[in-house]
Amino acid sequence: MSDSTAPRPGDDDAGNDKAASDTTAGGAAADGAAVETQTPKPEGTGGPTSPADTEGAPRSQSVLRQILESSTLVVVMAVVAALLIAGILICFADEDVRAAAGYFFSQPGDTFSAIGDALGGAYSAIFQGAVVNFQANDFVGFIKPFTQTLTMATPLLFAGLGLGIGFRAGLFNIGAQGQLLIGATLGAYIGFAFHLPFPIHLLLAVVGAALGGAVWGFIPGFLKARTGAHEVIVTIMLNYIALYLVAYLLTREAFQREGSNNPISPIVDESAQYPLLLGDNFNLHWGFVLALGGAWFAWWLMERSTLGFELRAVGANSHAARTAGMNVSKAYILVMVIAGAFAGLAGSAQVLGTEKVLTTATAGSIGFDAITVALLGRSRPLGTVFAAILFGGLRAAGPTLQVQAGLPVDIVLVIQALIVLFIAAPPLIRSMFRLPAPTHEKEVAA
Amino acid sequence: MRNSIRIGAVAAASALVLAACGSAPEEETSAESTTDATTEAAESIDFKACMVSDAGGFDDASFNESAYNGLVRAGDELGVEIAQAESTAESDYGPNLEAQVAAGCDLIITVGFLLGDATAEAAANNPDVNFAIVDFGYDEPIENVKPMFFETDEAAFLAGYAAAGASQTGTLGTFGGVNIPTVSIFMDGFLAGANKYNEDMGGSVSVLGWDGSDGSFTGDFDDQTKGQNTTQGFLDQGADIVMPVAGPVGLGAASAVQSAGDAWLVGVDSDWTESAPEYADIILTSVLKNISNAVFDTIDQAAGDGFTNEPYVGTLENEGVGIAEFPEGVVPEEVTAELETLREGIIAGEIEPSTAG
Repeated sequence: MSDSTAPRPGDDDAGNDKAASDTTAGGAAADGAAVETQTPKPEGTGGPTSPADTEGAPRSQSVLRQILESSTLVVVMAVVAALLIAGILICFADEDVRAAAGYFFSQPGDTFSAIGDALGGAYSAIFQGAVVNFQANDFVGFIKPFTQTLTMATPLLFAGLGLGIGFRAGLFNIGAQGQLLIGATLGAYIGFAFHLPFPIHLLLAVVGAALGGAVWGFIPGFLKARTGAHEVIVTIMLNYIALYLVAYLLTREAFQREGSNNPISPIVDESAQYPLLLGDNFNLHWGFVLALGGAWFAWWLMERSTLGFELRAVGANSHAARTAGMNVSKAYILVMVIAGAFAGLAGSAQVLGTEKVLTTATAGSIGFDAITVALLGRSRPLGTVFAAILFGGLRAAGPTLQVQAGLPVDIVLVIQALIVLFIAAPPLIRSMFRLPAPTHEKEVAA
Repeated sequence: MRNSIRIGAVAAASALVLAACGSAPEEETSAESTTDATTEAAESIDFKACMVSDAGGFDDASFNESAYNGLVRAGDELGVEIAQAESTAESDYGPNLEAQVAAGCDLIITVGFLLGDATAEAAANNPDVNFAIVDFGYDEPIENVKPMFFETDEAAFLAGYAAAGASQTGTLGTFGGVNIPTVSIFMDGFLAGANKYNEDMGGSVSVLGWDGSDGSFTGDFDDQTKGQNTTQGFLDQGADIVMPVAGPVGLGAASAVQSAGDAWLVGVDSDWTESAPEYADIILTSVLKNISNAVFDTIDQAAGDGFTNEPYVGTLENEGVGIAEFPEGVVPEEVTAELETLREGIIAGEIEPSTAG
């Protein structure tokens, strides 16, 4: 995301992209020089506080990298801190606590017992909603919450993986929401408009969803590579376009149910739905297994393949990568296509897995939650798996939190927001928990 | 379960305070414990009514909120136990319903057509639990689901007729949030009412923003600025009465009308002189959609006489829909007199309150 912040007027390289890719060394050197002359400006105003600045990396990139480089311990403590602060909010939100606090000085014990009740109720509701329900009569009920967590985690995992790849290649892709919606639209359309036998239909719908997302990811990647258009702005705008495009399509008869004007698509054929993984008692579907496969693929791509090496190099320092003979434009486009395909698969988890219909609300806030998931997982596939399961758990706990503990579901959103807040400020967590400052592990991350 | 523990805790706490006679909060808590006692006495009904919102949430200043008010009223007046679950995303619908079934709800009310599939599925999986759904009907009736919908065009027709009579410029305006049937039915009735006025009284009142199949929509139910801009557009084209059918977006319309002066607003869903008192002086009338009463009645019926899956249809006749009082001297007398005849005509089925008929 960094190098486009410095405008590249004229941008010979982008203009003659094909030529540049053939004669990389010369073009890249010239380009690198052109950028070099501009870098002092951001450095001068940016202030020397960020250690990465001394390396010559532009400032905005260093913030992203700081987040990615925060240690696992900091991430875990951020989650703990968020849960603790949420506890305070739960106490404020609880009526009994408020009532008891009104006469705190005559009966302090009441307040404390009410606080204990509220916290116990809330945390046990989160646990029962997300992990296991120890009040259930049978094994199915006992284990069901955890399968629900995995179900909720599936779209977050897909989208988070794609975003993580983008982050490591230095692209701050905000567009998972739009890519997911377009993927879901195409996947759902194939699902309800065509009628094919089981494995073929599902396969086609899944590929369609990935393709839809990939197309929507290609646009910002292409614009960035060719014109230097900043991917943050382009992807945000494409989110709106996708949303209103879907809203428009849902007013057309082809996307509506017969005899109804409501903007909701027909239910996708059973032959195009992900089969249930554990039978009828659970909502968990094969999409989760596919997502785990996706995590393995993302790991292989980034850690074991030549392409992944190039992407990481571009993310670490695009100028250096260019000088070293890598095709940065191609990398940007490829990263966005891959990220878009993953987001499209997240859409397939919605329309072919849990929801089975397309509406304007299909994407929910998954595309944005996935950004948090990717950051929390430090953009690594394994980390993203755990982060997605954590967020899936928080989402799965929403119903029990409301119905059992009587708390507003907003608490869950606040916990998520607090986690992000703490992840984004590792020094805050370190000082809160008195963790030692890390030795800089920059080279490892690149 | 959790609730009963908590009530127990409160009771124990109040007992403790009572024992410590004479402390300042005693009055307050003893009052509380008596209310507790009455609720507990009323809870001998042993009925639990629950509600799931759509992604708009219970604070949407629109149908989720109206439905929720009905639930709360049922909790207060009927003494039934209530629980609610707010959905933040579509994937919450199923789990919220499951959680409420697991929590032992006897009647679960879902709000909005988006929950149609989830409700049907939950109803099929839990034949012992009863469901009701607001603003949605099924093609095939389901044994344990009571659909509730509203012929809001009947009331909007009267509002359109009255507005046409009250307009000084001969131009009305209406816009919606999103073009879905529950929204456009208001606009349709409004247009039909204005047309009827032209027919009866020989006027030439025109309606901006709806032509019977398409019209002005802001695209969502959140952005008040869009409501303000759309309304300003209508006012600039000479409209002097505007009906926004877009939940809270309508407040933007109200502020545009208020700053323009010499113009009126037609509220929707609830009586806006009460729900938006800061704009009371510019409200011509409101098209009432009594979701709250319908929810209350449904709970009352299910807890008392027993549940039926017979659809609830809110009409002028059963006062499920209606219009609010006019301010004095704005609507000409011959028009108000005519409204009574129209109301009877609609109830008798002689007048078709939409442009389709």
